[in-house]
Amino acid sequence: MESRRNPRAVVDPKVRQVGFFTSSQPDSSSTQQQQQQTDPIPASASSPPVSTISPSGNSLSPVMIPPPRLNSSDTFPLRGAAAGASSAVSPSSFSYSNRRDFPDGSTTASPGRHSRGSFVKSSAPVASSLPGIGMDSMAAAKSSSVPASGLTTVSVVTMPPGLAEKASGMEVQSDQKKNPKSLKEKTTKAERRAIQEAQRAAKAAAKADGGKVPPGTSASVASTSVKVAKPAKPSTQKNEVSVAAGVTEKKGGPSEKDRKKDAPHPRMQYDDESRVVKAKRRAVVKQTEAKNRVELFRHLPQYEHGTQLPDLETKFFQLDPMHPAVYKVGLQYLSGDISGGNARCIAMLQAFQEVVKDYSTPPEKNLNRDMTAKISSYVSFLIECRPLSISMGNAIRFVKNRIAKLPITLSESEAKAALQSDIERFINDKIIGADMVIVKHAVTKIRDGDVLLTYGSPTAVEMILLHAHELKKKFRVLVVDSRPKLEGQLLLRRLIKRGISCTYTHINAISYIMHEVTKVFLGASSVLSNGTVYSRVGTACVAMVASAFRVPVLVCCEAYKFHERVQLDSICSNELGDPNAISKVHGREDINYLDGLTNNANLQFLNLMYDATPSDYISMIITDYGMVPPTSVPVIVREYQKEHLLV
Amino acid sequence: MDFQVVILAGGFSSNLVPLVSKEVPKALLPVANRPVLSYVLDLLESNNLKDLIVVVEGEDAALKVGGWISAACVDRLHVEVAAVAENVGTAGALRAIAHHLTAKDILIVSGDIVSDIPPGAVAATHRRHDAAVTVMLCAQPVSGPSESGGSSGKDKTKKPACEDIVGLDSWKQFLLYIAKGTEIKKDTRVKKSILCAAGKMELRSDLMDSHIYAFKRSVLQEVLDQKPAFRSLKQDVLPYLVRTQLRSDVSSDQNNVEEIGNGKDNMQNNEVVLSQILSNASLPSFHQVYESGLDSRKTHKCCVYIADESKFFVRLNSIQAFMDVNRDVIGDANHLSGYSFSAHHNIVHPSAELGSKTTVGPHCMLGEGSQVGDKCSVKRSVIGRHCRIGSNVKIVNSVVMDHATIGDGCSIQGSVICSNAQLQERVTLRDCQVEAGYIVCAGGEHKGETFARK
Repeated sequence: MESRRNPRAVVDPKVRQVGFFTSSQPDSSSTQQQQQQTDPIPASASSPPVSTISPSGNSLSPVMIPPPRLNSSDTFPLRGAAAGASSAVSPSSFSYSNRRDFPDGSTTASPGRHSRGSFVKSSAPVASSLPGIGMDSMAAAKSSSVPASGLTTVSVVTMPPGLAEKASGMEVQSDQKKNPKSLKEKTTKAERRAIQEAQRAAKAAAKADGGKVPPGTSASVASTSVKVAKPAKPSTQKNEVSVAAGVTEKKGGPSEKDRKKDAPHPRMQYDDESRVVKAKRRAVVKQTEAKNRVELFRHLPQYEHGTQLPDLETKFFQLDPMHPAVYKVGLQYLSGDISGGNARCIAMLQAFQEVVKDYSTPPEKNLNRDMTAKISSYVSFLIECRPLSISMGNAIRFVKNRIAKLPITLSESEAKAALQSDIERFINDKIIGADMVIVKHAVTKIRDGDVLLTYGSPTAVEMILLHAHELKKKFRVLVVDSRPKLEGQLLLRRLIKRGISCTYTHINAISYIMHEVTKVFLGASSVLSNGTVYSRVGTACVAMVASAFRVPVLVCCEAYKFHERVQLDSICSNELGDPNAISKVHGREDINYLDGLTNNANLQFLNLMYDATPSDYISMIITDYGMVPPTSVPVIVREYQKEHLLV
Repeated sequence: MDFQVVILAGGFSSNLVPLVSKEVPKALLPVANRPVLSYVLDLLESNNLKDLIVVVEGEDAALKVGGWISAACVDRLHVEVAAVAENVGTAGALRAIAHHLTAKDILIVSGDIVSDIPPGAVAATHRRHDAAVTVMLCAQPVSGPSESGGSSGKDKTKKPACEDIVGLDSWKQFLLYIAKGTEIKKDTRVKKSILCAAGKMELRSDLMDSHIYAFKRSVLQEVLDQKPAFRSLKQDVLPYLVRTQLRSDVSSDQNNVEEIGNGKDNMQNNEVVLSQILSNASLPSFHQVYESGLDSRKTHKCCVYIADESKFFVRLNSIQAFMDVNRDVIGDANHLSGYSFSAHHNIVHPSAELGSKTTVGPHCMLGEGSQVGDKCSVKRSVIGRHCRIGSNVKIVNSVVMDHATIGDGCSIQGSVICSNAQLQERVTLRDCQVEAGYIVCAGGEHKGETFARK
């Protein structure tokens, strides 16, 4: 690995392109006009994109794939990375100002405003001369990571009464969010550091103020903050929604940390032996790792398929702590009986509903904590059965968040009912409801005489097609499929049953068939915040060919599948499927030429499950929040996704 | 896991006639000096199934079985014994205890199996497919004695060439056809619709039904209620379910869901979409494909779990099987016996007394308190507790049960001597069965006979 990587480091890392990029060399001759022609949709998301694009207009040779949008493809990774990083990693710099608007909106102009957005170090001296210090430094400190309890008190002392009240109210809210448990009891390392920092800032502020603040601040800090917190407690639920926007931003730090702690590491490096051994010790499913793995994908788990299922089955009655519903779902994941992001997510959530229904708190335990632990153990079982999809990760986050937020005052049955209805609501609103909205949006893009291409068997696209057919639109569907799953055949079957005229082809023929296509509808497993669409393997290829032929590519994806992660290639995070699936053809023993070669040291099978489509190839993403260009994904992630968790 | 386990321990079996009697119901027949039922209980216990219902035919037998279980399994298992009338058949027995069944799925295990196949596998397959019934199939055991060849000449104890004929789909997941091999004379009928829907059927005679089933409770109870004529699970209920899998009369859970969803229009709509998403995402079995072709039909699934060939499985349903089991449990499949073997691959209880120049070969078992005289030779045999064996006796490939007495100079090959039986001097037995308490006169030479009082 090392020897391989070194030469690569010499190459400019920004231009390292691993996904699907039609051209890598920048071409200065590409004109502005061309740029515009290829890029009409991101510019105006609501206008129908087709009108400006005429696939027949370009004089392209039928088979050749022309290099499209040369400049943008070159700059894209850098741009995307920067945008993504700022939104995902550090909530301080970029989203900061957003949050800031909130208190200011309600108050009159506060004098300390010009110093906002700067960090503690700079804010302290500047603010010292102004009355608004406390508020300012408090907010700054908070954004850096957490509790800021120290600073609140300062603000209470120095602020004018109206402002102070508001600030402290806000403060309490956020405290509630961050640690529903008592503040004093549990402070994580980061929190302690934040307190320390805050205190240091306070000291600096005090010094600058000329000793106005009494010296015992740090001691009084905790007590006052607790005092403030107590009366505000019952009101938190009511105010939640109104403060949501502000709070979400503040939450950035701790919630991210929690997530990392809760969810088993989504991207465990399976070439790191010590970790693999550790993980194995905990594992429920016995897994033998495949021997011949492709070097580049060593970090992904790959097991000998066929060994896990029988082993897990035999243990059916021995897995006492496992809930039957979860077990069943796990088995179905493992055997491939359920696949597809939505279906897997729904199945998991329904299993969790069962879990909640049958749950009873063990004596001397807290429902919130015990249930969270339980769910975590189930989740790790499900991961062993099959790596989680991003949609599932988001759903799990939602469930855990709901559990953590259950008020302690609720009785067990009430809490259970609340959780069940929460999960139900998630399924209905975020998945099914979202699909309905997507259908409504997408149908407007289908016109009479259209030839629509789809790849695989995406749920949302199927619903769109069926709905458009119900509306008596005249269109034709091209179903593109690929081995080994041949999911398209099932879609085809259902479409034909409804009387939609279809053409079926395999992905090998994509470049020939693309001529007649007017629009491409694709599904997605996830959309990442740089606009990259993470989807069934082959999607990137379809999207690339489509964009080369100037055919608009519409990706249908529910917003709950969005993720703030940024990914530039499909290597670092992917899933490896059963290698036998590509080496054998079921029912055709006569053409199984690879029989007996499976364990040959010189032969490695690579059956990738997903790939990443760069945003360049995507004209529009249709989600439940409307139709947006891929560049707007971070906005949705930022504005709406946090809200899911709080609903 | 929401499974209830029912053990059908039967009662009196005509196949095993001289061995079983009023005193010894089939379930208590000793295999390597342990009742056969204990193997089933151990298997279930090792799979963490501790809540069991044992169904026994006949009050007396039930009392005996119950007595043994309470003595042997106290503090380990929670066992309930139910006595049903004699000759009601397996279906009848289940009908009788139907009101005790409450779990979502029922695991039905025959009480006469000696096996190490984990029943969890059946249950898991059942759950995964949401099947109406799941049958465990296993490779047909090689019947007859092994290398030393003792009882080859016996027609009566020989197994039929093929026990079951099963039809599987191409993925070996679903059961399309099942019939007893002995019932099929010349031709048989296969449902055309099933054949068309599945596309391809693989008929196999090398698999046999292991009498471990997982049933969906609602389905089982409905069939038992609707068809009062059904007597046997294997011969009536199972073929019926397999036959009707594409035009099911039994309600499956899915319909219930829809009925519940009827309440609100919006709710129902969501419900439908939800089930659609789920069903579209999963790989459809031929049932679903068929169902989607014809709207009004309902289907249920009959699944199979095919046990690994390396696993041991024997059903104690004939005298030959009884001999085989005894031989295997102390031989090849000795991990099942629960005994620890000596360096000579045999088990000689410390309290057993051996005379001078007596040899006990490998794969033998000598029970507690048995006495063996001088110059005897014991090979591949099981000898029970407190037996008295004279001098110059040769015992090969045989089972001698508790308290039997064997006189000097006897030679026993491939035979079963039941408890309290007595063999006088110089008896030569080959492939014989001696009933409990029977006395075989001195000096006789017998081959392939059954000694029983009329």
